Amino acid sequence: LGGSCANLLLSHSQITRLYSRFTSLDKGENGTLSREDFQRIPELAINPLGDRIINAFFPEGEDQVNFRGFMRTLAHFRPIEDNEKSKNPTASEPLNSRTNKLLFAFRLYDLDRDDKISRDELLQVLRMMVGVNISDEQLGSIADRTIQEADTNGDNSISFNEFIKASFVLTLHTLL
Amino acid sequence: MTSSVATTSFYIKLPLMNFYGWATLRIERGAKEKNHLLMPLWAAPAIIAREPTSLEEEIKEIRRSGSNKDLDAAPEFEMSDIFYFARRGVESIMDDEVTKRFSAEELESWNLLTRSNYNFHYISLRLTVLWGLGLLIRYGFLLPLRVTLAFTGVGLLVFLTSVVGLLPNGRMKNFLSEKVHLMCYRICVRALTAIITYHDSENKPKNGGICVANHTSPIDVIILASDGCYAMVGQIHGGLMGVIQRSMVKACPHVWFERSEVKDRHLVAKRLSDHVEDKSKLPILIFPEGTCINNTSVMMFKKGSFEIGATVYPVAIKYDPRFGDAFWNSSKFGMVNYLLRMMSSWAIVCSVWYLPPMSREEGEDAVQFANRVKAAIARQGGLVDLLWDGGLKRGKVKDTFKEEQQKLYSKMLVGTQEDRSRS
Repeated sequence: LGGSCANLLLSHSQITRLYSRFTSLDKGENGTLSREDFQRIPELAINPLGDRIINAFFPEGEDQVNFRGFMRTLAHFRPIEDNEKSKNPTASEPLNSRTNKLLFAFRLYDLDRDDKISRDELLQVLRMMVGVNISDEQLGSIADRTIQEADTNGDNSISFNEFIKASFVLTLHTLL
Repeated sequence: MTSSVATTSFYIKLPLMNFYGWATLRIERGAKEKNHLLMPLWAAPAIIAREPTSLEEEIKEIRRSGSNKDLDAAPEFEMSDIFYFARRGVESIMDDEVTKRFSAEELESWNLLTRSNYNFHYISLRLTVLWGLGLLIRYGFLLPLRVTLAFTGVGLLVFLTSVVGLLPNGRMKNFLSEKVHLMCYRICVRALTAIITYHDSENKPKNGGICVANHTSPIDVIILASDGCYAMVGQIHGGLMGVIQRSMVKACPHVWFERSEVKDRHLVAKRLSDHVEDKSKLPILIFPEGTCINNTSVMMFKKGSFEIGATVYPVAIKYDPRFGDAFWNSSKFGMVNYLLRMMSSWAIVCSVWYLPPMSREEGEDAVQFANRVKAAIARQGGLVDLLWDGGLKRGKVKDTFKEEQQKLYSKMLVGTQEDRSRS
């Protein structure tokens, strides 16, 4: 585990905490988590995007995630530890970590992993977030307006770069 | 009686607490030497420190910090809105308030019981010897003694209540019934070596009232009933439990339901309110959470007992987990297994607070009243006050909560459009 931990920039105590959390979620005690294990968390089950977030943990086409995969996905959201802050208070977060967070969010939209958010994919996510409270026409016009504003190369879908620009990356790292 | 309790607690607390501290240090040192992965022995400081803010505030914050645009002219939907849900989702995966309430609390120091320590493996000879000695004392000496006492207590309860039941109804019968119940429960308390501190006894529940308490284990009943007389409420079981229940109800009126009657809420409410109206009957004892929680928090109270309109006497029970964890994890252990574990712990130490009586106020509905009582109990016992339902231990969360979130977010989107059309 040592080598990959260095890449993920997690401290020893953070890893032990995550492992403790992993084992408490693993009701079957077989060293991997299934989708049902995640859905047992009530706060996640009521999140409108809960299913998509759970999906992000599972590699393509698989139904189980082991601790390494669990850790890798969560490492994007690690809080900055105090000792790192004091070492270099003016340095901002490493760029690749910021990009990883945005990629995580991008992938919540882009279900078919073709690196583009189509109008349909945008509509799907919108529908998950609003439930039954907004009509199809209204939702459609919201989606169209969003694509119009974000799409700079005219292909009627949003690429990762256009997504970054639309999400105002510069100040976002302080919120995630 | 009280002086023996005092001396027992003195002897238990002083040497045992010193051993615990020493044992924990040895484990930590041993783990460092052998470079083992040390599981956190204590509840980790929160990975996420979250202030409670509403969905709307947070999404506005995300939009505002990213955009230089004037907020009034801001579009209804931003692609960055998704970050709010993504972050909340990931935070709940890292740590959530609910799932950890259904397993035993983690302790700061090791109390020489392997069951409460995830790091137990061979560290040093001295520690193992000490643990072995503890094992010998607990299983060889304490357990047989306690089991004998338990059988005596239960046997006497069944026998004596049946005898008292033969008497004609009247003051003599009630008096004897009280004495019999108290005596037998006190024997059971000894059987568990439960060291209980009662606070504010002037607030003890009176006839015609309902006593509500937080629920951690079946032992709660024994603890409360050894200090006062209550009418129990529950479902009739088969087996030994059923025998006990049937003989108890001969001596004084408890409220037992058949399994089929439990589903009928109106029937339950009617029987309870009939009972409280009769001022000669004992106060009812109810645990509104409906299931055992691990004594770090108080979960949603079912509103049934708060609709009846009687005076509510809240009681807070807090166990000290260092001498033996009283939480009954019913999905892991059966009742007999649980009782054996209880009787082979060092002791059950707990505090009971009798809180001043509360009644439903004008304009307050049953749910608000229940939450008010819950907050008072949580505050007194030093427990976390949660709105989540204890039934989540076994069941899934209702979809209505997700629909609420969706409704809130939709209002954010559509609401802006309404404002615009107005201006």
